[in-house]
Amino acid sequence: MKNLKFLVLPMMAFAMVSCGNDKPADASASTSSTETSAATTETSASSESGQYDPKRGLGKYDESNVDVSKFDAAMAAEGKKVAEVKCASCHKPTEEKLVGPGWKGVTTRQTPHWILNFISNPDPMINVDPELQKQLEICLVRMPNQGLNDTEARQVLEYMREIDGAK
Amino acid sequence: MKIIQLFGISAFASLAFLGSCKPKGTETAVSGDAAEKVYVAPGKYDEVYNFVSGGFNGQMNVYGLPSGRLLKVVPIFSVNPENGYGYSEETKPMLETSHGFIPWDDQHHLELSQTNGEQDGRWIFANANNTPRVARVNLKTFRTEEIIELPNSAGNHSSPFITENTEYVVAGTRFAVPTDDMNGDVPINSFKENFKGVISFIGVNKETGDMNLSFQIEAPGVNFDLSHAGKGKSHGWFFFSCYNSEQANTLLEVNASQNDKDFIMAVNWKKAEEYLKAGKGRKVKTQYAHNKFDESTQTATSKMEQEVTVLSAKELKDICYFMPTPKSPHGCDVDPTGEYIVGSGKLAALIPVHSFTKMLKAIENKEFAGEYDGIPILKYESTLYGEVQKPGLGPLHTEFDGKGNAYTSFFVSSEVVKWDIKTLKVLDRQPTFYSVGHLMVVGGDTKKPYGKYLVAYNKITKDRFLPTGPELTQSAQLYDISGDKMKLLLDFPTFGEPHYAQAVPASLIKDNQVKFYNIADNKHPYATKGEAESKVVRQGNKVHVYMTSIRSHFAPDNIEGIKVGDEVYFHVTNLEQDWDVPHGFAIKGNQNAELLIMPGETCTLKWVPKKPGMWPMYCTDFCSALHQEMQGYVRVSPAGSNVPLTYSLNNKADNAKSPVKTAVTK
Ligand SMILES: [Cu+2]
Repeated sequence: MKNLKFLVLPMMAFAMVSCGNDKPADASASTSSTETSAATTETSASSESGQYDPKRGLGKYDESNVDVSKFDAAMAAEGKKVAEVKCASCHKPTEEKLVGPGWKGVTTRQTPHWILNFISNPDPMINVDPELQKQLEICLVRMPNQGLNDTEARQVLEYMREIDGAK
Repeated sequence: MKIIQLFGISAFASLAFLGSCKPKGTETAVSGDAAEKVYVAPGKYDEVYNFVSGGFNGQMNVYGLPSGRLLKVVPIFSVNPENGYGYSEETKPMLETSHGFIPWDDQHHLELSQTNGEQDGRWIFANANNTPRVARVNLKTFRTEEIIELPNSAGNHSSPFITENTEYVVAGTRFAVPTDDMNGDVPINSFKENFKGVISFIGVNKETGDMNLSFQIEAPGVNFDLSHAGKGKSHGWFFFSCYNSEQANTLLEVNASQNDKDFIMAVNWKKAEEYLKAGKGRKVKTQYAHNKFDESTQTATSKMEQEVTVLSAKELKDICYFMPTPKSPHGCDVDPTGEYIVGSGKLAALIPVHSFTKMLKAIENKEFAGEYDGIPILKYESTLYGEVQKPGLGPLHTEFDGKGNAYTSFFVSSEVVKWDIKTLKVLDRQPTFYSVGHLMVVGGDTKKPYGKYLVAYNKITKDRFLPTGPELTQSAQLYDISGDKMKLLLDFPTFGEPHYAQAVPASLIKDNQVKFYNIADNKHPYATKGEAESKVVRQGNKVHVYMTSIRSHFAPDNIEGIKVGDEVYFHVTNLEQDWDVPHGFAIKGNQNAELLIMPGETCTLKWVPKKPGMWPMYCTDFCSALHQEMQGYVRVSPAGSNVPLTYSLNNKADNAKSPVKTAVTK
């Protein structure tokens, strides 16, 4: 039983990933071509090894390049401003669902790297992440790519941590 | 009479000769692999962008080649309900002129910017024929960024043609008219003394593309038709074809066809620049609009200019020369080396080719045949390199492939003829269906044509496509010119009446596309950066709605307290930051249009409600699975009623966090 599960998951990931790779025009259509091609490369790399890491998500962020050991209140304050322009139309800082889910509690459910990867380039992850697939069935709106750059993404993450009580 | 008779005979002879090679159907004209050559598989891109004039619909249409697929319609001189161009408050100033707001024009020719005589893919220039204007479209955004009106002109036909580093865009007047500082209220039979043919030189800023009317040249009152700049060795010169050297003013098809030869006017614009610097120009008081779209504020402004400097070709003897050219010349085309200037007499049965080197020598040796209204006429034989004999009937336009070949369109005999520039021998001819006007080779008027494809733009298309009542589509025909023989590959319909077109390899443009406007850089005075900033502000009877849109709602989505007699301005900011996610905005009963707002952009729609009631508004662009839910209401009360002005989003009774807000009154 355990083995079977192990086998099924990577296969699912592979199927979805290769579906994404069949659309080169779509890939280059994403906001930042460099970021996207990086993501695409990683996507195929992980499909070759047959694994989607649901803890890290798809994208360039991982433990090696983001240090989240300390909460940064100044960044959180900037993140709030970014979120008010780019995110607040669909997300509340509470648990209440608007267009998308409320943000309260998200940093307890997902790792910082998963969050960074998802908010900076959502499309490829929506295609493969089981949690996001479930979420899509509820919201029916794919989260738009709001063109967050590295700094903005990091600031929004700190804001999310603040919402969840980080000090 | 004698000339007409002679022409008639030669026309008959040529027709008989040509008739034999015109196929009855496409079966013989299209070879087996044509379909394969134009097939662009799903997900694959076309090789070439083709920019085609929209003729009397005032727009520019962008096609992919070789597929012939329509990619985009860019409004330039005509209002466009699809995206609110000319209807939105931001874009209305683009269509201002000295005559007021003009919502249409007749768009004839297009010209891509060049650096060192090669296409650089930065801008494309367009002319308006009726109310003389020249526009610049930015090829990063495919938007019209600037329109400049031309004083002292009427029927802006020989434009917009450019010099090899886009130093100038020129525009020659089709109608000779009295200049703006003269009394125009004169008898038509005073044509010869009062009417002038003015040519405009519009300077282009190397970095920004910004245009300004640098100077004009006042030439004799003839009709300027088409034009091309010199290049390479002839850089510094400009050539304009003209007709009606008879200066007739009635029944021109007879009266303007009397002379055996009209002219190509050669203009030494470097010399003109010197005279301008030396203060030789006359300052003419006039009015012309100069309209610019600012990308950071996403708003156009219109400024009325008051003066232009005019140089007199009659007084400054060495800036203009006439080269006699048979007969009512239309196209005026310079080959990639800059040596050969090809004239196409609409009514001539031959193609005259002038030599730039011979022209310079003739000027130096003063080989003049006389003067025309004070302008020296060079001897025909002195500038002529040679004539292409019996090429066909009604030559109009010539383009080049960079391999020593020229391609000329023939309106009367409906064909494209390939000939050798050096030997002037006809190499190949292919029929068009029907009456071809302009033609275009990719990069065919530059120093380095890309060649490979030729497109003929046809005026009449009987029998070519499914019929659609009395009016049939206009059309284009794509030929492969990579081999010795031209091969017809494809027919495709076009808008309006296509005139001159341009085309460029896709690689020069494709990767520079702006994908969205960064919301942080949005400097629109009514931008709403985030839903928290959305609000409604009343100033007297003007109501400004600061509204946002994102998949899949507006903020606010309900407004109450608008009164009959109010002017409501919806300033809608699209909060999306992703490619290809515009939102629309429309409201019932609006006599204006709808908006289409690009990601990160702010657009304004003015709405003047006429009666009380509930007026729904919604997004017109299907933006997500919940697009249909992207809607709201505006409640309009009678004038003088005291319903407070309020607005809300998500004001459910059980949701105390999003209360109804009261609008600000200033
Ligand atoms: Cu929408």
